[in-house]
Amino acid sequence: MTLSWKTGGVLLGLVFFLAVLLVKPIGVSTQFVILDGVLWNAVSPGAVIETETGLTSGNEYLAKSGGKYAQAVADPLNYSFVFVIAMMIGGGLSAWLRGGVGAAERRLPEIWRNSHGDNPAMRALIAFIGGFVVLYGARLAGGCTSGHMMSGVMQTAISGYVFTLSAFAAAIPTAILIYRED
Amino acid sequence: MTGIILALVIGAAFGAVLDRVGASNPNLIGRMLNLTNLHLMKTILLAIGTGSVLMFAGQMLGLVDVGHMSVKAAYSGVVLGGLLLGAGWAASGYCPGTGLVAAAAGRRDALFFVAGGLLGAAAYMVSYPWVRSTGILAEMLGGKVTLGAVPGAEYGALMPGLAGDIAGIVVGLVFVAVAFALPDRLVHRGEVQSAH
Repeated sequence: MTLSWKTGGVLLGLVFFLAVLLVKPIGVSTQFVILDGVLWNAVSPGAVIETETGLTSGNEYLAKSGGKYAQAVADPLNYSFVFVIAMMIGGGLSAWLRGGVGAAERRLPEIWRNSHGDNPAMRALIAFIGGFVVLYGARLAGGCTSGHMMSGVMQTAISGYVFTLSAFAAAIPTAILIYRED
Repeated sequence: MTGIILALVIGAAFGAVLDRVGASNPNLIGRMLNLTNLHLMKTILLAIGTGSVLMFAGQMLGLVDVGHMSVKAAYSGVVLGGLLLGAGWAASGYCPGTGLVAAAAGRRDALFFVAGGLLGAAAYMVSYPWVRSTGILAEMLGGKVTLGAVPGAEYGALMPGLAGDIAGIVVGLVFVAVAFALPDRLVHRGEVQSAH
């Protein structure tokens, strides 16, 4: 079901190449901020503010770099945001075409069940906290596994090496501690 | 409009490949990170190496626009953020991209990951002025730099005397070689029991 590492690695490498050939290197985590901004913009003013020189925001982070993020919030139909939506469609379709992940996996992953038992509520809580920490960390670092690790290292970016070493330095001990019985 | 079509095509291809290589499967992420199954590590190393060789070779042949490169700045927050992301990645089995793909594939825990992620990103937006005031966003190691100087690129180099495009191809080939050399597992578990 899972592609061999040779086929999968070459295919994934071709997608990285296609992205940088046609547009720009792949990145994902910024779009969590953009979606937050879109939701904020939908319920209250302040997310996007119009000025004489262009768009800015009441939030300092959305306003930085000349209002780049504020602009994306005002017009989410931009390359980076649509890329992430398409990624979900492509991933979802691919999973569906190979018969889906199965009811047991939808409930909770096998690795969790093996080490911590059949408790989806606890798993959901850890996934929620994990998501919070991952996105806070990604925004602090200025990128995630896609932008820093894959795209950054591919371009020999020093920031990509720094990020990757830091991520694995925390991830490996954490995984060894959490998944002891698998 | 062309941009949107490219976003749809490249995005969908990326999502589908992430699904097929197992990057959005928390079981494979967990086993890669606890070193009991390095299949996904080999995939990622080969992918980065392949992408690197193609991109830099394409630049040297004039087929790839050097201006398409996008190099991020290095600062101490990259270390701290990387550590946080690594811990959360191991605990949840998801990173931002693969969490979204897993949610689209119907994994329920991934929906909680995405919800937590939206809150975490919002928390960063709110705390940004304070984070900046601590000084950890100040650039280090030259900021936006690559290993060697890439001809025609707007970025500096850690080693300005090094040809960045050739270095990129060499490093890419090293990644491919490491992908082949890496064993299937570094930690053996339950082999004694399963053998009998």
